[in-house]
Amino acid sequence: MKYVDEYRRPDLVEDLVRQIRRRASGLDRKVRFMEVCGGHTMAIGRFGIASLLPERIELLSGPGCPVCVTPTTYVDKAIELTSDPSVLLTTFGDLYRVPGSAGTPEEACERGADVRVVYSPRDALGIADSNRQRLVVFLAIGFETTAPTVAATVLEASRRGIANFRVMSGHKTMPEALRALVQAPGIALDGFILPGHVSTVIGPEPYSFLAREFGMACCISGFEPTDILQSILALLEQTLTGEPIVQNEYRRAVRPGGNAVAREEMMKVFEPAAAQWRGLGLIPRSGLDVRAEWGGFRVEPPDPAVPSQEHASCQCSEVLRGRARPTACPLFGKRCTPQSAVGPCMVSSEGACAAYYRYGSVRFEG
Amino acid sequence: MSDEVIKLGHGSGGLLTRRLIEERVLRFFDSPALAPLKDSAIVELDAGRFAFTTDSYVVDPVFFPGGDIGKLSVCGTVNDLAVVGAEPIFISCALIIEEGFPSKDLERVLRSMRDAAMEAGVEIVTGDTKVVPRGKADKIFVNTAGLGRVAKWAESLRGAAQPGDSVLVSGGVGEHAAAVLAGREGLNLQGSLESDCAPLTDVARAVLQNANRVSFMRDVTRGGLATVLNEAVAGESYGIVLSEADVPVREEVRSICELLGLDPLYMACEGRLATIVDAASARRVQEAVARTAAGAQCRIVGSVTEGYTGSLVAQTAFGTRRLLQMLSGEQLPRIC
Amino acid sequence: MCWAVPLRLVEVSGQAGKVELAGTLREVGLQLISEPQVGDYVLVHAGFAIQKVDQQEAEETLRFLAEVFAGREEA
Repeated sequence: MKYVDEYRRPDLVEDLVRQIRRRASGLDRKVRFMEVCGGHTMAIGRFGIASLLPERIELLSGPGCPVCVTPTTYVDKAIELTSDPSVLLTTFGDLYRVPGSAGTPEEACERGADVRVVYSPRDALGIADSNRQRLVVFLAIGFETTAPTVAATVLEASRRGIANFRVMSGHKTMPEALRALVQAPGIALDGFILPGHVSTVIGPEPYSFLAREFGMACCISGFEPTDILQSILALLEQTLTGEPIVQNEYRRAVRPGGNAVAREEMMKVFEPAAAQWRGLGLIPRSGLDVRAEWGGFRVEPPDPAVPSQEHASCQCSEVLRGRARPTACPLFGKRCTPQSAVGPCMVSSEGACAAYYRYGSVRFEG
Repeated sequence: MSDEVIKLGHGSGGLLTRRLIEERVLRFFDSPALAPLKDSAIVELDAGRFAFTTDSYVVDPVFFPGGDIGKLSVCGTVNDLAVVGAEPIFISCALIIEEGFPSKDLERVLRSMRDAAMEAGVEIVTGDTKVVPRGKADKIFVNTAGLGRVAKWAESLRGAAQPGDSVLVSGGVGEHAAAVLAGREGLNLQGSLESDCAPLTDVARAVLQNANRVSFMRDVTRGGLATVLNEAVAGESYGIVLSEADVPVREEVRSICELLGLDPLYMACEGRLATIVDAASARRVQEAVARTAAGAQCRIVGSVTEGYTGSLVAQTAFGTRRLLQMLSGEQLPRIC
Repeated sequence: MCWAVPLRLVEVSGQAGKVELAGTLREVGLQLISEPQVGDYVLVHAGFAIQKVDQQEAEETLRFLAEVFAGREEA
């Protein structure tokens, strides 16, 4: 596959690893880099990147998976909506098995609710078009990568007069969440592997405060092994020279200024709102809600001031902030596994705990 | 007669049923054992050991690129016989049809079954037809049971796997699942993908005749290669390391997987088998299978290890390793 | 976040188009990028093209990697 395979060449990977190891020998302490994108968590796990790095470089997973940070209140409300038989719920596959406080959308479907998995919000609109007598609600989760696609779909719904289509926004935006993360006490991070595809939309500019105000080394990264290793090397260099900036490794997709067209579409339909982040709490202006003028396509999301309902022993909020390893949680691997997940970090296949469960156990073997 | 759709009356055992069978079913199934239409088929068999299996098929959509429920139901049962070293001889075919199912769709399914049976060298000797009210079945369900004679070469199917043994898969993985995805509404894909649905009798025979010791052989179906290999190691004192770069995956399957965030190792197949053979025979087995029509892309994909007991581990092209667990439920397309 | 794949645009008709890879065709929304052309590689996320792949930058990145790699091999 073009623009994919070239960035997976084993010889280039090997070479980057060698460079990283060489530079890392100049470190006098452990360094900790956090990736804040579910796609990066997946890629790091799938390609075994963490096991290639020297011990002095630690990789942590942050709150970059939109599923992980979706509060139980959102899932609960979604399931509640289906008690009206005229409602047809459409969702991304990512959310289908996420537990609220009383089960997952999949379980609701098994009990008779009409819940359908779609790949694109346009598919949900198509379902609305073919089922005019039903109220088709789309569960709009995701960051700035996804919000423009939902906005474009709402605009299309309006143009085509598909009035039985609704969106319940659970969208969240990255920069404010990152600010909340670095401001929280007890944080011990040296830098960030910044999201790749969110950045294609918002550009590198919104992250500059991380380097300027908080001295974080930053690098926007693509998703292939050479991308991620190249970015880690860049972060290492910044840490060694003590000159943090926001670098962009993913230049083939992320341009200065990002994608203004996509941002404009997004802001036509959405406006900033407060949002409840599972694991992080309430963060002002860190979410998106449908503007009043598009109210005809809006289902009111749950009140963001209401926190997510978590299991008493769940350590996800510590894990999401990089303050605890998954193994530190008393539930990890026992009560909480990918097959029966308790907290958000295990729920999503890209959550820190799920990734550690799947990939961590073979890391130091063999 | 040309009833456009199947009605409840067609399953009630009376005139309509008789007409359905004579005018539609027997047109496609012409076994002499079936023709008398008695309550049971009488067949003659030589002495020996026999294998007997059954499976039900409820696939949605009923028709998909490269096949349909009919072809699936014949091949699936034939393959369950083939992987235990049996040569398939007879199968039965029971249909449960939802009222309103179009008659020409029924004909398509029956035609596929006939073609698949001919290709696999089996006779359909007995069957049953029921029709249920609208909503009580999803279009059509098929059950097939199969009888096969355990062949002499099944002798090489013996013993437990040992560290050093080779793991092979008979062809590209994930093709059935990818083709079904392409046929389902909501994912809006158009392409050249076809299901790999096929009888594996020749493939299984090629393995058994060319290996000294076959400790495991199973057809790869739901859950894909990763699932069937997990079954091979579950609770055992050995593990398997799979070399990702060696697992054959067609470009089209890979691109659908990349697009939807799916892992080809967990995607269903319907015409592939996975086997564990002694290392000394591995190359010979691979070459013999590659000479069969259904096994042209056969590859050696991994080996049995002393470590990682009870686990299946994938080795990436970079030498890193990851655990391939059993899935709990179907893979879902992701955007994240 | 999130899953996006680089695919080649083979058809453009207004705000919609088709992307292709190894014989598979898929519809994509083109509202979120400017001036899409047939032959462009675009990143596809949730059924929409969210950005064009800058082919020059892509080659630059690879060339840089390969050069540095080759240089080290010789050294």
